[in-house]
Amino acid sequence: MLRRVLRSRWLQGAMVCLLAVVMLGANDPEMRYERVGHEMMCACGCGQVLLECNHVGCPDSSRMIGELRDQLSSGASDKKILEWFAAKYGATILAAPIRGGFDLVAWIMPIAVFLMATVGTALLIRIWKRRHDLALAGQPAPAALPHTPALDALRERIRKETEY
Amino acid sequence: MQSHPMPEFGSFSLLLGLTLSVYALLMGAVALWRTHRNPGDAQALRLGETARRAGIATFVAMTCAAFALAWAAFTNDFSVAYILHHTNKALPSAYKFSALWSGQEGSLVLWSWLLATYGFVLRLRHKVDMRLTAFASTILAGIQVFFLLLLNFAAPPFAIQPGPVAQDGFGLNPLLQYPEMVIHPPMLYLGYVGFSVPFAFALGALMMRYPGEKWIHITRRWTMVTWLFLTCGIFLGAHWAYSVLGWGGYWGWDPVENASLMPWLTGTAFLHSVMMQEKRGMMKSWNVWLIFSTFLLTILGTLLTRSGIVSSVHAFAQSSIGNWFYGFIIVAFAVCLFTYFKQRDHLQSENKLESLVSRESSFLFNNLILLAACFTVLWGTLFPVLSEYVQGSKVTVGAPFYNRVNLPIGLFLLFLTGIGPLLAWRSTSLRSIRRNFILPGIALGVTLVGLMASGIDRPWTEGDNAQAATFSLLAFSLGAAVITAIVAEFLRGANVVRTQTGRGLAGATLLLVQRNTRRYGGYLVHFGIVVLFIGIAGGAFNQSHEQEMGFGDSMRIGPYKLVCQSFSQDSNPNFDTEYALMDVFRGGKKITQLDPEKRFYTASQQTSTVVANHSTLANDLYVIYEGKNPDTDKPVIKVFLNPLINWIWIGVLIVVLGTVVALVPSIHRSAARAEATETVPAGVEVNHA
Repeated sequence: MLRRVLRSRWLQGAMVCLLAVVMLGANDPEMRYERVGHEMMCACGCGQVLLECNHVGCPDSSRMIGELRDQLSSGASDKKILEWFAAKYGATILAAPIRGGFDLVAWIMPIAVFLMATVGTALLIRIWKRRHDLALAGQPAPAALPHTPALDALRERIRKETEY
Repeated sequence: MQSHPMPEFGSFSLLLGLTLSVYALLMGAVALWRTHRNPGDAQALRLGETARRAGIATFVAMTCAAFALAWAAFTNDFSVAYILHHTNKALPSAYKFSALWSGQEGSLVLWSWLLATYGFVLRLRHKVDMRLTAFASTILAGIQVFFLLLLNFAAPPFAIQPGPVAQDGFGLNPLLQYPEMVIHPPMLYLGYVGFSVPFAFALGALMMRYPGEKWIHITRRWTMVTWLFLTCGIFLGAHWAYSVLGWGGYWGWDPVENASLMPWLTGTAFLHSVMMQEKRGMMKSWNVWLIFSTFLLTILGTLLTRSGIVSSVHAFAQSSIGNWFYGFIIVAFAVCLFTYFKQRDHLQSENKLESLVSRESSFLFNNLILLAACFTVLWGTLFPVLSEYVQGSKVTVGAPFYNRVNLPIGLFLLFLTGIGPLLAWRSTSLRSIRRNFILPGIALGVTLVGLMASGIDRPWTEGDNAQAATFSLLAFSLGAAVITAIVAEFLRGANVVRTQTGRGLAGATLLLVQRNTRRYGGYLVHFGIVVLFIGIAGGAFNQSHEQEMGFGDSMRIGPYKLVCQSFSQDSNPNFDTEYALMDVFRGGKKITQLDPEKRFYTASQQTSTVVANHSTLANDLYVIYEGKNPDTDKPVIKVFLNPLINWIWIGVLIVVLGTVVALVPSIHRSAARAEATETVPAGVEVNHA
């Protein structure tokens, strides 16, 4: 069923359109400037992202912004630009660990913990439910109340009064 | 030798407080041990009573110490090193108060005084359950001993400055000279310190193998009040950062901010999962460890930010008290672990989960999400240290990391906020799911399609970050679904009350809330969280523009046009200032005048930004005076257009309102029914049968 849905021409067409729409404007120069400028810190030690550093007479931000514009106009990719800044100012200039290698652990770990915890919780609920079902199976079933109009009216009243 | 009566009085008070706390800890422990062996031991009971009174006296001693420090600040006693470094003569009175917690030693005095205050209230209310309170009081005394050891030996606030007394102090950090800074740290510390109380009750209840869940009822209000204070503290800090730091944002993922968020996340998880223990006797071990973790995280956060382990822009990050915190956290963790393993058979669940689609499993997933968020924040805060250890070089873990990892988690949490309360305890029927979820589902679909049709799915035309904008779209849609679910719940309940009592919709809703304040207060809190998420989601569409602006120059951003009317400078004893006057136009009509300012504080020789903000429900026009271009002598103005920021602060207010409602005791159902009967209009028949 799922395979049939995925094979559907409508779905494939929709995915192509979505991708095209998402990719639109991805290389807009001002957008790239904003995006890459928010991927690195100011070197002045203020602890702020480069494009958000607002210190009067900051010794570094104007120069770094100039360097960023030069790098962007040189046609280098985002990755290359960030590598250039990391090589010049050190790894701490990058606002997030994105150099590969051990830096990847920073990203993988939260996702891994989240997935393990989700699967663990689902398994736990299943185990508890199975135990509960087994425990119930060993007990005699409670005698069911008959469906008389009075009891049905009472059931409906209880449902209404306890549903909030 | 020169005499310093007030600092000496303060130092004596701290020493006295330490002695009293040590007495409360040791004698309290001895009394508990003896009454455990012989429950009728009258001498042990008297000893326990003296320990309780010593705990109360600790509060008096700590109040005297705090008063002595305040006195030194208000009388400009610059012989005290702390006062010399954090105040000056021209500092306005309100900020002399905030100076008391703007440095390492002063903030520890505040922490210790608040702990003593909580202990004072707890010990006065000991008749609620004398034995459990005795345990909690002794544990609190242990925590108090640690902080008083710090104050007496590692970070003494009354240390005398060597040499001649200075004529004036170095002044308060200008960033802290803002009204919110007078209340933000006390609120935050009330939250931090407050978690010591449920921690002490939980540990005490486990130590004494407290029967039943009454200890949870006793601590419920403590936990909620503490959580409320921490929430207010965190968001007052965010509002301060937004209003003062002048970078257009309110949350920078600094380690100090993270330190406050982590216990908030685990505390929120505890507030939810503890309901499973109350209602169904489940998750007992989990709840105990949640409250242990929350307390330990408040201490860990303090360790991280005061030991210099991680870099922080906050002032007292580097200090020598880190080893003390290491020691305390190890001891506290060891006590928790030992007690848990010794008494874990007492924490057996009374019930098992019966269905995947139930309130219980939604609480489990809610806890999972909150703890995943907490882990992410802790991991990001510690990763630079780990990276240095493994790779030999530090890295920065800043906003891009936290935003990318936490955004999906936040959206899942928003989703659970909506569906959790709609599920029934034990098991939810398909019919009930259909009935409860159809309206929120429609709201989600309509909002999603409506927003996409209006062009919000093409964020690159306006904003900076396409990925964030996509998440915003999802947040708005989920928000609409959750709000619909909450409103539907209120209306459904109010209609039942209307049918029963004949009241109007407003009166029925009020009675509904009064009958079950906890449930409907909780819904209000969830509503506030949704509003807050909508405000945060608006951040994806921020715009900014920077320009040099001389007289008559203009700038456009969004629907606004700014025209520089003048720029000038001024001075007073506390600071020199430069400012610009900007007329703001919208649709050709002048709507306001803004005066962004840059101050230079004389005593501390530091500059500070005073942001000018035109705030509406739709967006904030946030204007910063960045300084003058030395070549042209014209001011450089940076303007941000931040959509939906006010929704964040409104959301927090709703959260506060909801928590206050949940704290109010519900009126008894029979009393409510009696009241309803009295107010039933003539002709309406009420059937109580």
